[in-house]
Amino acid sequence: MRPQPQPAPTPYTPYHPRWYRTPVSTYWWMHRWVYFRFVLRELTSFGVAYFCVMTLLLVRALSKGPQAFEAFEVRLASPFFICMTVIALLLALFHTSTWFSLSAHAMVVRIGGTRVPGILIVAGNYAAWLVVSAILAWFLLR
Amino acid sequence: MAETIQLEVTRYSPEKDSAPSFQKYEVPLRKDWVVLDALNYVKDKQDGSLTFRWSCRMGVCGSCGMMVNGEPKLTCATFLSKYAPGPVRVEPLRYFPIVRDLVVEMSDFMAKFRKVKPWLVRKDDKPLSEGEFLQTPEQLEVYKQYSMCINCTLCYAACPVYGLDPFFIGPAAIALAQRYNMDSRDQGSDERMDILSQHEGIWGCTFVGECTKACPKNVDPAGAIQQYKLAATMNWFKTLLAPKAPR
Amino acid sequence: MTKRPIEPFLWTLFSGGGVMAAFFAPVLLFLLFLAFPLGLFHAPSYDALHSFVAMPLVRLVLFVLCSVPLFHWAHRFRYTLYDGLQIKHLNEFIDILCYGGAIVGTLLAALLLWNFS
Repeated sequence: MRPQPQPAPTPYTPYHPRWYRTPVSTYWWMHRWVYFRFVLRELTSFGVAYFCVMTLLLVRALSKGPQAFEAFEVRLASPFFICMTVIALLLALFHTSTWFSLSAHAMVVRIGGTRVPGILIVAGNYAAWLVVSAILAWFLLR
Repeated sequence: MAETIQLEVTRYSPEKDSAPSFQKYEVPLRKDWVVLDALNYVKDKQDGSLTFRWSCRMGVCGSCGMMVNGEPKLTCATFLSKYAPGPVRVEPLRYFPIVRDLVVEMSDFMAKFRKVKPWLVRKDDKPLSEGEFLQTPEQLEVYKQYSMCINCTLCYAACPVYGLDPFFIGPAAIALAQRYNMDSRDQGSDERMDILSQHEGIWGCTFVGECTKACPKNVDPAGAIQQYKLAATMNWFKTLLAPKAPR
Repeated sequence: MTKRPIEPFLWTLFSGGGVMAAFFAPVLLFLLFLAFPLGLFHAPSYDALHSFVAMPLVRLVLFVLCSVPLFHWAHRFRYTLYDGLQIKHLNEFIDILCYGGAIVGTLLAALLLWNFS
């Protein structure tokens, strides 16, 4: 609930004790490091959105011809866009690592009755990620 | 090791206070003492008016949950020496209304817990002559982790969504719903599905994960909630694409 | 169920978008928007890239890759606003902003990739 000014306290009666409801501050997420890290994790969605938008802009520049594409590439190399991309890349990497560690909790994989330990699921995800990244890199760099 | 350690304990008297305040107590720092021992020392020797809940003092009843230095803990399972040289701040469980001092009002949790039908639901009752329900060790292992819950509500104190969203059912209740859903003897998953998949029942959860960290019994409520979300989603698609099929 | 909730469907989009972004975003962000513009690696030529993107399968994959993760952003940002800033009472406005933005992005992606030449 939004922090409201506390209403005037009602008089205490033995059969209606006045409970105290501690207001939750708007800045609750700054009060503990784990909560702040959680909000950072949630804000990685902006790195994801940046990826989508920039890829679409790249496709648009491609469709407009070689000069437009070249101009787009020059703009991408400008300090502003490099800065933004570095931030987005860091956010995307944080998204990837937190997503994989969360998957250990969320996915229950059973082999022959026993549950696969979470660390193996995380490792499996990272392995798959490395393979996908390697394939894409090979494709784009050849 | 120092002789004593300072406790800063929340005091709130609804008869005279309009808001909680802190009171400091100096207690002996014994190697084998837990925070609950310190609180009982205060109540015995220094201030008999200090009010708090406790029962088994061995981490199985779930009564003594409090915030110790800002983290939800069972005070009977939290060693005092870990916080040396102190001071140790002891507050009532977060996100629950405070009744007096360290005692909180649990009726919201109780109501939400009851809503998920935390008992075995049967559509057809087996007659007594057929004997008991049999269950293999593998079938037990599927839900055993979630059955370890002692309803201490430390997970509710850790969950910011519970503090912010009055409709969120909360970690323990959903984990216990999963415990019964995954039990081979239970036939009530669709009844629970209707209740839980209402807007905000479980969907308020953003997988902060603090509930799992706070749980003293390794129930992993965060994992249970995500698994439940997956089950509810698959059920949603199934009822969308094959509405007449038995669930 | 009296009213079918939409949350499970939105959560599916969120999860799907999250998985796609987790696997594809880092390497593509690095190569397409850091390495190639800065010349760190040899970039594909305009013609090679253009003819690659022109392939219908590639355009379909790009459409999915650039639209579903937008719904991931929408869902996540919606809850970040609800919980982080405690403005859940503005939920209609927030929902329109987030999912509306994702829908607009999806439509633009569809338009762009369909008309790509």
